[in-house]
Amino acid sequence: MSIILDHVNYIYEAGTAMEFAALKDINLVIPDGQFIGLIGHTGSGKSTLVQHLNGLLVPTSGSIFYNGADIHDNDYNKKELRSKVGLVFQYPEHQLFEIDVFSDVCFGPKNLGLDKKETELRAYAALKQVGLEDEYFYQSPFDLSGGQKRRVAIAGVLAMKPEVLILDEPTAGLDPKGRDEILDQIAKLREETGITVILVSHSMEDVAKYVDRIIVMNRGQVLFDQEPREVFRHYKELEQVGLAAPQVTYIMHELKARGLNVDTDITTIAEAKNEILKALKK
Amino acid sequence: MGIIEAKNLVFEYIRRDEEGNVEGITRAIDDIDIDIKQGDFVAILGHNGSGKSTLAKHMNAIHYPTEGTVWVDGKDTSDDANLWDIRQEAGMVFQNPDNQIIGQVVEEDVGFGPENLGVPTAEIWQRVDESLKAVGMYEFRKHSPNKLSGGQKQRVSIAGVIAMHPKCIVLDEPTAMLDPNGRKEVIRAVRALNDVERITIILITHYMEEIIHADKVFVMDKGKIAMEGTPREIFSQVEKLKELRLDVPQVTLLAHELRKSGLDIPKGILTCEELAAALGLPKNK
Repeated sequence: MSIILDHVNYIYEAGTAMEFAALKDINLVIPDGQFIGLIGHTGSGKSTLVQHLNGLLVPTSGSIFYNGADIHDNDYNKKELRSKVGLVFQYPEHQLFEIDVFSDVCFGPKNLGLDKKETELRAYAALKQVGLEDEYFYQSPFDLSGGQKRRVAIAGVLAMKPEVLILDEPTAGLDPKGRDEILDQIAKLREETGITVILVSHSMEDVAKYVDRIIVMNRGQVLFDQEPREVFRHYKELEQVGLAAPQVTYIMHELKARGLNVDTDITTIAEAKNEILKALKK
Repeated sequence: MGIIEAKNLVFEYIRRDEEGNVEGITRAIDDIDIDIKQGDFVAILGHNGSGKSTLAKHMNAIHYPTEGTVWVDGKDTSDDANLWDIRQEAGMVFQNPDNQIIGQVVEEDVGFGPENLGVPTAEIWQRVDESLKAVGMYEFRKHSPNKLSGGQKQRVSIAGVIAMHPKCIVLDEPTAMLDPNGRKEVIRAVRALNDVERITIILITHYMEEIIHADKVFVMDKGKIAMEGTPREIFSQVEKLKELRLDVPQVTLLAHELRKSGLDIPKGILTCEELAAALGLPKNK
């Protein structure tokens, strides 16, 4: 079971003076259970791409298959697709609207037509999955901190029981601890449920720490699609397209240039520490 | 007295329920004293809800103190007669680039501020050109802001502030929504303004790497100043920062981890060069 993008093109305002090709011949296979990082500079096509995955945007040409079925077939159930491929937009807390946290999370499953009991069970489970304490359930979502609001918004999507969870910059504007908490929570959720996670992020450090595959977008095309250590090996090319490697990768390159015999395929602090200690012992 | 000074600053707001009944009072700023020197680059760190933004909004009279006093360039912010002067002298840049651009063309957007100050037309254009040059956006002056990247939009926002000839700029998480390149562009522009124009900078951020060049760092927690010092002094205290829900730059953290493993490395390493030197490696040719 998987998502397949087959020669997907998307052109904004085709046929006008504003015509802009946002996606150019995208071919991707996203198997179940992967943790994918999607990176690229502003305007590189990341958001356009993820909006194709749950059918919000229809490709100008090409096809998208979800579990073997073309999602733009006339008789395809788009509503079900949207519950299976959950998309958490940037600043999702702006979409909170209910009088209390619990009702807000119930909104999605309620609209799937589930009965009250099932809706509430799902809402409860989702709020637990994002690590929100019971004491907040009946508070207004607007009285919560930034990080808590964001968890509620993510819970709202999880309550739909998606098979694929797409998060568009889920940590923007959060303090460092809040960043780690949300991402740790998502990693744990993935381990427990086997859900596919696609993380759109501008933080190379976060991407390096969590994901097993990175897709790099540039000008509407896939520039790299590899494991983190392979992608960050191309740090010079990444810089040319407005990105970077994690700071720790640069540190390793610098140490190597100064004569310390270290492996430069390093993307996290823990790896760097072990590598440096190993090199010093020689 | 510095460009911005706060004495016994307290700010409280009243929480109300749906019907408007008072539910309680939150003390967002709790008795803060701060004194910022003209020309300094000051960073303010703190977790979400620590009171950073509330403090920043006192620096150009968006918020008024509940108790205590804030002076901007010697003028009391709670005196309405000073409002226009304060807003002109202390400019503010916010997080979301799309919320603060109003012009159809970049140069018109930048001209909006001085126009509202009643600056003569010829001088407005002169200021617009200077400001756009200062942030490296001059070549985009005839462009539509819609077509710019996030980092470019933020630099236009900053140019809009500079065109008002402020003595100080307060930036509230200006890079939170930007990609790595955008972040670099904005920080470079801000540092240049501080170095070249000697404009006082107050930068609020969650990115620790952005403030290693600051003259002074304040760390806020629960509406109070929890730590205060140079970046090196602050980042030497890795554990304490973690308790305050913050972090240190990756190089500092790596040095800290190596130190814990028994290597002889000083505290508060801020750059890769310092780490290499601490490991006894020669200079890179």
